[in-house]
Amino acid sequence: MSEVPRFWRESRHRYRLVGTRCTNCDTLYFPPRVICPTCRRESVGKMKEEEMSGAGEIYSFTVVHDGLEQFKMQIPYVMALVKMKEGPFLTAQIVDCSPEEVKIGTKVTATLRKVRSEGKAGIIQYGYKFTICP
Amino acid sequence: MRDVYILGVGTTKFGELWDLSLRELASEAGLKAIMDAGIYAEDVDALYGANTSGGQFVDQEQIAALIADYSGITELNIPSIRIEAGSASGGAALMQAYLAVKSGQYSTVVVGGVEKMTDVPSEVATEIIGGSLDAEWETFFGATECSIAAMIARRHEFEGKAKRENYAMLPVISHKHASMNDTSHFKNVIKIEDVINASPVAEPLTVFDNAPISDGASALVISADLKKINNASHPIKIKSSSAANDFLSLHDRKSVDSFRAVKKSSDSALSLAGLDIGKIDALEIHDSYSIAALIQLEEILGKDAVKMTEGNDFYFNSSKPLNVSGGLKAHGNPLGTSGLYQAVEATVQLRGKAGQRQVKDPRNFLIHNMGGLGTTSVSTVIGVD
Ligand SMILES: [Zn+2]
Repeated sequence: MSEVPRFWRESRHRYRLVGTRCTNCDTLYFPPRVICPTCRRESVGKMKEEEMSGAGEIYSFTVVHDGLEQFKMQIPYVMALVKMKEGPFLTAQIVDCSPEEVKIGTKVTATLRKVRSEGKAGIIQYGYKFTICP
Repeated sequence: MRDVYILGVGTTKFGELWDLSLRELASEAGLKAIMDAGIYAEDVDALYGANTSGGQFVDQEQIAALIADYSGITELNIPSIRIEAGSASGGAALMQAYLAVKSGQYSTVVVGGVEKMTDVPSEVATEIIGGSLDAEWETFFGATECSIAAMIARRHEFEGKAKRENYAMLPVISHKHASMNDTSHFKNVIKIEDVINASPVAEPLTVFDNAPISDGASALVISADLKKINNASHPIKIKSSSAANDFLSLHDRKSVDSFRAVKKSSDSALSLAGLDIGKIDALEIHDSYSIAALIQLEEILGKDAVKMTEGNDFYFNSSKPLNVSGGLKAHGNPLGTSGLYQAVEATVQLRGKAGQRQVKDPRNFLIHNMGGLGTTSVSTVIGVD
């Protein structure tokens, strides 16, 4: 079963960090949503796409030692909850650093990277990862 | 509305049971429950089957139909439906079965849970367990369920709510209790240093903060028909069952180091049962991860919970016995089975038949089963009047 259509569908949002703003309560959501969980039916037709800057800070993190098959080669790798400058939180890897450099509060910025590939020689899937701001 | 009683219970051993298939596990538990209840298949109006990921672990869906078939009851055309709510499947199935009997449509129902996890390599199991997260926005980027638990732990500690030792203590308690239970996956006793110093899975969590990958099945017969109860002078009742949900992903929640759905479902279950937490003699909670267990205790017992990990309060012979079964951590965690085994343990304890780990004269158990990390929460009160 091919995963291509499933992941391609979200690629635009993943490449450019596009979320949705509820223009009813002025809250930005990422990942994108069709309905605002606060305004519910009041938000129908009022969700507008909006790109984030890519700037954020680490809210929590972990160093993964025992992970998914797809990510085995990267172990140990850092997963983090990143609080974006615009408000939303997201889950992503922190790369190009040693785990010791990662702290709660560390400023990070998004970068487009290969995240995984489908099968052994399959299609490469891209998405955001974060690096520590110099 | 009418009362709902537990007539019989049955369970397999939990662990790596290579010689037993999913269908064999399920029918063993179901048959034991029916024998324990002293009823026959003709007495059963419906079967609810709990299972989290059979489609991925053993390529099998329609699991309730399979269980009914291989338990030999299909000739009677008994309706058999699977309930899935991640690792809260067992608790959710128990709740549906309870509601079905309470409604009056069914009189006697079998509710069974089964999970066969050890037919796949452990990395594959980790991936399947991660199916309870958001596939597009968590797992895609490399998150495992344990990594999400670890980030909860890190933030919880950063906020000064507890220290490493407070949640490292919970697996120690579960292992102690499991050592006195014949059906446990693990029977070894461990120390707090063992938990902290074991090999890391997702820092700060180690292998001992994680519940194991287990095979196992458990089942109950529940009924509104008091005439079917062997020991009608001391009937064990499901006093209430209530569920609540939170956002699927941790990154979408208002707070990442609390479980508001747990508070909601446990408060609601207590209120429906007409009890306050002081009247609960023992708790079975969902200790899939030590930190998740601590946060459940904070939600159910309040802020004293953290302090209570520093004394002996949670042992079976103390003031607030916790996971006297051995919990998911040490008795084992066959995902969709966990909530039903909690109910089996509560029943055995309320009957006074738990042997060495028997809680002294318990009247009410609160059991809490959870899907993911605080996403789906089901609380059930089981007790005697
Ligand atoms: Zn809104």
